Amino acid sequence: MIQLFTRDVVLSVRSGGGFGLALAFFLIVVVLMPFALGPDQFVLAKIAPGLLWLGALLACLLSSDRIFGMDYEDGTLELLATSPLPLESVYLAKSAAHWLTTGLPLSLAAPVFGLLLNLNLKVGGVLCLSLLLGTPALSLIGSFGATLTLGVRRGGLLLSLLVLPLYIPTLIFGALAVNAAALGKALDGSLLSILAISLGAIAVLPFFSAMALRANLQ
Amino acid sequence: MLKVSNLSVGRGGISLLNDVNFVLKAGQALVLRGPNGVGKTTLLRCVAGLQDPLLGDIDHEGSVAYAAHAEGIKGSMSVIENLKFWADVYGRSMTEEVLLTYKLNDLAQRPAANLSAGQKRRLSLTRMLVTGCNLWIMDEPTASLDAENIALFYMTVNSHLQAGGAALLSAHNDLNLNAETLDLAQFCKARSIVTSNFDEPLE
Repeated sequence: MIQLFTRDVVLSVRSGGGFGLALAFFLIVVVLMPFALGPDQFVLAKIAPGLLWLGALLACLLSSDRIFGMDYEDGTLELLATSPLPLESVYLAKSAAHWLTTGLPLSLAAPVFGLLLNLNLKVGGVLCLSLLLGTPALSLIGSFGATLTLGVRRGGLLLSLLVLPLYIPTLIFGALAVNAAALGKALDGSLLSILAISLGAIAVLPFFSAMALRANLQ
Repeated sequence: MLKVSNLSVGRGGISLLNDVNFVLKAGQALVLRGPNGVGKTTLLRCVAGLQDPLLGDIDHEGSVAYAAHAEGIKGSMSVIENLKFWADVYGRSMTEEVLLTYKLNDLAQRPAANLSAGQKRRLSLTRMLVTGCNLWIMDEPTASLDAENIALFYMTVNSHLQAGGAALLSAHNDLNLNAETLDLAQFCKARSIVTSNFDEPLE
């Protein structure tokens, strides 16, 4: 499992695509938004929490269909399915590698990008924490969607539509936590709710994903 | 080591082979022959556990390594990194001596993307050695190999058999291997459309 995780991280960093793409997309959304909405600092600070969460979520989704796509196309997935490694572990290893190369850099960059939207660093800290807790769920759900759409040509469209409703709870609680911090309110357990979604995804999705992989490899 | 009884396999809702029976003992190899589309790959996929058979039983003991048409080689990793990865997946340690089998030692550090089709095939054949499995299931292993490397392949399979392993291979051409040959054409006389569990019965 660790060997697959390491290999995926190495591949992602070497080929350049997966690693930089999500971060670059996130930066583009954040940088262009003030040009689209105007430079009113009050408006920007008000929409910043939701916008940063949405940007991070879309950046995560962007690279999801490559999690299994490459290995399916070149035959690696078939060979992995016949190896002693259970498909549940394959799913977890690949999701973890996806998180390390997209979710983690996005979470760490978000407070810095937040400065561009007049979000102060204290709120930025809560944003970073909420993303650190929530992006694992985004990677796991995106990766689950990728197992369902395996073998579908141009499966990215189908993947986005399938994953969209599953992303909503994470987005709601994530934006809620950061908005509460921005208004100086108590966090009211929204961070715990995000953590619960991530933990729930780790507990449940490996089994469904392995079933989907098995069915799609038939 | 491998016992296939009353096996029927199909692909895409069409049954391809019916009532296939064979037994493979340690030290034996079996070559599946037959024209394009007869069901060689489908049979191998069933034995490897990637696909469910329509009917029948497949019993094997020991560990199975499968090599498909698609080689699963990562172009941005070097030859040795590709092999090390598979050794780790199968929980084995790997020595660089294994590269000598198919004379890949000079290519060890080269990114796999720069290999020719024959060199990639040699890498994928070396992968079988690295897995340390008893039963090798190989789909057209000699494709894109030159005469010299085909001879190396025969030698490697023979020493695998002598070490108590077994091999199930498919091929278009005659393999000059000291092995039984099973012509699959005899099993596909009655082709029929089979209903899968997903099909609803017609009114």
